[in-house]
Amino acid sequence: MAGELLLEVENLAVSFRSRGAVADAVSDVSFRLHQGETLAMVGESGSGKSVTSLALMRLLPDAPQCQVRGSVKLRDKTGSGMLDVLALPEPQMQAVRGNNIAMVFQEPMTSLNPVKTIGAQITETIRLHRPMLARAAEDEAVRLLDLVGIPAPRQRLTAYPHQLSGGMRQRAMIAMALSCEPSVLIADEPTTALDVTIQAQILDLLKRLQEQTGMAVIFITHNLGVVAEIADRVMVMYSGRVVEQADVVPLFQQPLMPYTRGLLRSVPRLDLAGRRAGALYAIPGNVPDPRRPPPGCAFHPRCDSFADGRCNVEAPRLDSTADGRQVRCLRWPEFVA
Amino acid sequence: MSSSIFDSSPGDSNPGGDFAAREAAIALPPRNTALRRFCRHRLAMAGAIIIAILVLGSYLGPYLIPYDDTFIDIMQRFAPPFSGAHILGTDELGRDMLARLMMGGRISLAVGFTAMVISMGIGILVGAIAGYYGGIVGAALMRFVDAVLCFPSIFLLLALAALIEPGVASITLLIAATAWMDVARIVEGQIRGLRERDFAVAAEALGASDLRIVFRELVPNAVAPIVVAATLNVAKAILLESYVSYLGYGIQPPTPSWGNMLNNAQIYLTSAPWLAILPGLFITLAVTSFNFLGDGLRDALDPRMENH
Repeated sequence: MAGELLLEVENLAVSFRSRGAVADAVSDVSFRLHQGETLAMVGESGSGKSVTSLALMRLLPDAPQCQVRGSVKLRDKTGSGMLDVLALPEPQMQAVRGNNIAMVFQEPMTSLNPVKTIGAQITETIRLHRPMLARAAEDEAVRLLDLVGIPAPRQRLTAYPHQLSGGMRQRAMIAMALSCEPSVLIADEPTTALDVTIQAQILDLLKRLQEQTGMAVIFITHNLGVVAEIADRVMVMYSGRVVEQADVVPLFQQPLMPYTRGLLRSVPRLDLAGRRAGALYAIPGNVPDPRRPPPGCAFHPRCDSFADGRCNVEAPRLDSTADGRQVRCLRWPEFVA
Repeated sequence: MSSSIFDSSPGDSNPGGDFAAREAAIALPPRNTALRRFCRHRLAMAGAIIIAILVLGSYLGPYLIPYDDTFIDIMQRFAPPFSGAHILGTDELGRDMLARLMMGGRISLAVGFTAMVISMGIGILVGAIAGYYGGIVGAALMRFVDAVLCFPSIFLLLALAALIEPGVASITLLIAATAWMDVARIVEGQIRGLRERDFAVAAEALGASDLRIVFRELVPNAVAPIVVAATLNVAKAILLESYVSYLGYGIQPPTPSWGNMLNNAQIYLTSAPWLAILPGLFITLAVTSFNFLGDGLRDALDPRMENH
C-alpha cells in the first residue's frame, strides 16, 4: 500500500427511524484508506454511498432519528494517534471537519453561498481552522484559486458564485475544501453536474492535487468511466452493503458479483455499438426498499444468476478471495471457474 | 454568409488571452438591478425622499429656527399658521408649532427606529433558532410567538404601559416587545428553508459551528424579507407610539411627540384645528412613506415579484 493508514472504517452501520419503521441505510461497511490512495464508491442511487460519506463526517441527524454504529478511526493531522470519529464530542468534531477530512459536493450551483463572494467564503474557511490575519488569508485564497486553475484569481475573489460557470464554481468549491490541507477528501459525485469536457478537467485537477498533497480521496460516483479514470480501488455498494471490493483493474477485467457485472454492462460503449445491436443493457427492477429488504441476498430479485432455493434463502457474507478481493455472493466461486 | 461570424472578431490572433479578458469583463457586471427596480417604483422613491426630509428636518431643523419647543409665549396663544412670526402657528400655551413638530419628530422617529432595531434583534434571534433547530425547540418557540401574537398589540401595550412608568426608553422597549413576532415568523420560515440547502451542509462539512452557519451563511440569504419587515416595522412602531401617547400612556408632556400633541389638540379641534391637523399630517406622512418604502424594497429585492 502507498502510505500510512489514514482512515479505518469497521462495521459501519447506519439506520434511520421514520414513523416507527427502521430502515438500515448502511450496514457492515468496512474499509481502509491509505495516504495517496483513491477509493471509488460505486452504486445506484439509494445504495448508501452518500449516507456512508456523511456518517464519516458525522453530518447525519442526531440519535433518535438516525443511529450510527461501528467504528471510524481517522488519523490526527497534528498528533500521531487515531481519532475515534464517532465518539468525538461535537466541538472537537467541528475542528476535524474541513481540517482533517473535507468534502466536495455534487452540485457546484448550490453548494456555494449565493450572497457571499468567493473570496469571503474561502478566507472564512481558511480562518476557521488556521488562525491568520485577514490579509494573509486573502493571499492564501489567491494561492488556492490559482492552485485549482482559476485564471486571474485575485480578481475572482470579489466575484459572486452566480458570476462563475459551473466548472469554475466546482474549482472554487475544491479550493475551499483544500484550504486546510485535509488528509482525506470525500468527493461526492463532484463531476455529475458538469458537462463532459469540464468533468475531465476536474478529474485531472483532483489527480494533480492528490499527487501534490498526498491526500487520500474517497470518490463517490455512479459513473464507471470516471472510476476507471481515477480510482486505485473500487468498492461497489448495493442496498447499503459492500458487495464487491477490489483493485480497479481486476474489477473491470473480471467482476465477480453479478451486480458489478450488470453495472459494467450498462455502460454505453462506442467500440461495441456496431457489433451488439439493440438497446443499451439495463439491470431490471429497482433498488429494494430498505425498510423491507428481500430475504436472502438483497440483489436476488434482479440477479441474472439467481439460484432458487439458495439466493432467496441464505444471506451471503462478504467473502475474501485468494487475491485479496472481497465479494458478497453465494455463487462467486462458480463465476471464477 | 458564414464568414460574417469570423468578421466580427478580425484581430483574434490570441483566442486564449481574449477569452481570459472576456471572462474578466463578465466578472464585473452591474449589481444595481435591485437599485434600478427600486428607482422605478415612484411611490417608494417619494417615500424615501419624504423620510429623508422628515429625518433631516427633525434633527437639523431646531437649530435653524429662532424658537425653542418649550418656550412659552403667552401673548401669542393660538396663533394660526402663516399669520405671524410663528410659521405654523402656536398652541394653547403659545409654543411654536414648528419647533414642537420637529422635536416631536425626533422622539417619534427615534422611538420608531429604535423599537424596530430591538424588535428585529429579538425576532431574528428567535426565528433563526426556531428555524435552524426545528423539532421541539422550534415548535415551542413558534407556539410562544403565536400565543403572543394572539393579544391585540394595542391592548397589550396599554396594559403594560399602565404598569410601567412611561418614558422614552420604556415605551420603546414596550413597542419592540409587541412587534418582534412577525419578524420571528418571517425569519423562521426563511431559515427553515435555507437550512436544507447545499451550501449550509457544505459549510458544516468544512467545520463551521451552528452559530456561524446561522448568522454568517443563512441569515444573509434572508436579508431581503428582513429589510422589508424592518421598514414596515418602523411604520408600525411610529403608529403605536402615537396611539399610546395620544391615550396619555406614552411620552409624557412637556416632551413633545406627534402622538401627545394630538392628545392636547382634541379640546381645541373646532377653535384651533391646526393643532390636530399638523401632527396628524406628519404621522400619516411618516407612516405611509415607510409603508411605500417597504413595498418598494420588497419589489426591488425580490426578483420574482417583478410582474406585480
